[in-house]
Amino acid sequence: MTTTTIDDAARREPSRRAGFALSAKQAWGLLFVAPYVAIFLGFVVFPVGYAFWLARSPQLYVELVHDPVFLRTAINTLVFLIVAINVKMVFALFLSGFFTNKRWWVKILSVLFVLPWAVPSIPTIISIRFMLNPEWGVINQIIFALTTDDGPNWLNDPTLALALSMVVHIWKSLPFWTLILLAGRLAIPLELYEAASVDGAGGWHRFRFITWPSISTLYVTCTLLSMIFTVGDFNSVYLLTGGGPADLTHVLATLGIRYLRLDQVGLAMASIVCCLPLVLPLVFFMMKRLSR
Amino acid sequence: MSRPLTWRRLTRDIGTESGLLLIGIPVLLWTLIPIYHMFLFAISPKDAAFSGQLWPAHPTLRNFGIVIHQEHHFLYNFWRQMWNSLAISCATAVLTLMIASMAAFAISRLRMKGGRLVMNLALFTYFIPAAFLAVPMYKTMGMYGLLNNDMALILAMVTVASPYAIWILRQASDKLPVELDEAALIDGASPFQLFRMVYIPLMVPSLIAVGTYALLLAWNEYLYAFLLLSSEKTLTLPVALGNFLSADDSPWELLMTAGFIYALPPAAIYYAFRKYMSSGLTAGAVKG
Repeated sequence: MTTTTIDDAARREPSRRAGFALSAKQAWGLLFVAPYVAIFLGFVVFPVGYAFWLARSPQLYVELVHDPVFLRTAINTLVFLIVAINVKMVFALFLSGFFTNKRWWVKILSVLFVLPWAVPSIPTIISIRFMLNPEWGVINQIIFALTTDDGPNWLNDPTLALALSMVVHIWKSLPFWTLILLAGRLAIPLELYEAASVDGAGGWHRFRFITWPSISTLYVTCTLLSMIFTVGDFNSVYLLTGGGPADLTHVLATLGIRYLRLDQVGLAMASIVCCLPLVLPLVFFMMKRLSR
Repeated sequence: MSRPLTWRRLTRDIGTESGLLLIGIPVLLWTLIPIYHMFLFAISPKDAAFSGQLWPAHPTLRNFGIVIHQEHHFLYNFWRQMWNSLAISCATAVLTLMIASMAAFAISRLRMKGGRLVMNLALFTYFIPAAFLAVPMYKTMGMYGLLNNDMALILAMVTVASPYAIWILRQASDKLPVELDEAALIDGASPFQLFRMVYIPLMVPSLIAVGTYALLLAWNEYLYAFLLLSSEKTLTLPVALGNFLSADDSPWELLMTAGFIYALPPAAIYYAFRKYMSSGLTAGAVKG
């Protein structure tokens, strides 16, 4: 930008022409950004505005709070976010360290490791659902072969079913976050580790004083990002448990669909509006972090 | 480097090696078992799929034949649905690339007024969980009269994909030297020529990353596809697979075979474009 001004001044162009050129550039800018703005207005602003309008009646919130399924869903979502995301991120942190190894078989493993993230979730979640089938599923067959006892009816127990949807979520998205943290680890200058080795620092000390300080910001960013992205992860819950048994394993992502099916669109919107106070601060926090 | 082989060193090496294997083997099993289970179903004869063996006694490709020739009433529209998935993903990728590259160009290179606002709005959309927008999107598409129409899903996917695309492309284009634009503008190029002849060619690696991202996002999408499309002829493959689940007499081995075929293209694309994906897409995420 500075060069332009100097050039303009040197050529002593009439300021009016420069002003015109600037506004022409602005006009082009508007033209180029128009398609996205149109999409944004038509498919974000309008739907969200409409959603708020549908969710405007205070009566809806009274109804929502008195719906036991909603309360259960709120608890499930919190458990999902706090337990699943943190377990996943701790494993991702640990495995990203494992994958910094240069051994040939670790490299091959790191390529295979990405598969759950690279393949679509529907077939693999259905595959896991079959594994968990109480009668024919491979897991209960193994349990039967080992103990001659029938295994649990996995997806019929709300606690187990929710825990298993968390396992599916972790299975699916662990590779992505591991790769991100691995990239963060690889960005740390090697000299730091070499210097630490000379000083006789062991593995834990190297992690504690070099690795963690370098990637802790990234780690926190990833954790928060993963939390707001998933809010309970529709696919993992819906395709594994369908929200059942008895609507006890819903999370916020699937609850809206349940209300939609029951033709209670107002409640669906109200349930989303209810968790905005929780999500919006996180969103603003992330935007501050990432738009620097 | 080669120090004398001492007992102490040998035992220590065996220690680290077995420690690594102790992590590596569980990771391998954890990663592959669900996928291998799916594959095992796909190559097993109907009655042998539940035998719990590690490898079927008589592996067969018959299931693939049934799926490819659409010989089961669950699969009468298999190719039609595959085509829907393909068309919708490609349209999403192309539209996202056009919209996002234009927006990124306006924000980053033309430095238009309000560009920062547009970027922030896009980023805000990116951070809103997709499930939040699903129900409002469904109602809106109903008002626009687009329900059960391919366009509904394409537009929804473009809406979801473009914020991240713009963000990634803006970061990449901020790195291009300013002198380039100035030289082109002094040569009398219009901003459109600058965009087409200078900007797009230079952005190819990032465009490939973003295009792949949008393509895979649309190909893998279940929630929006399931809400916005409903008739057998317009369904995409994932929704058709999900519908298998609601029936009691689902042919599981066929479901797994169809799912396996459906999972192959994205896996292939991912591995083919892995270099672009990891450099282009993690660049943004590592920033924080």
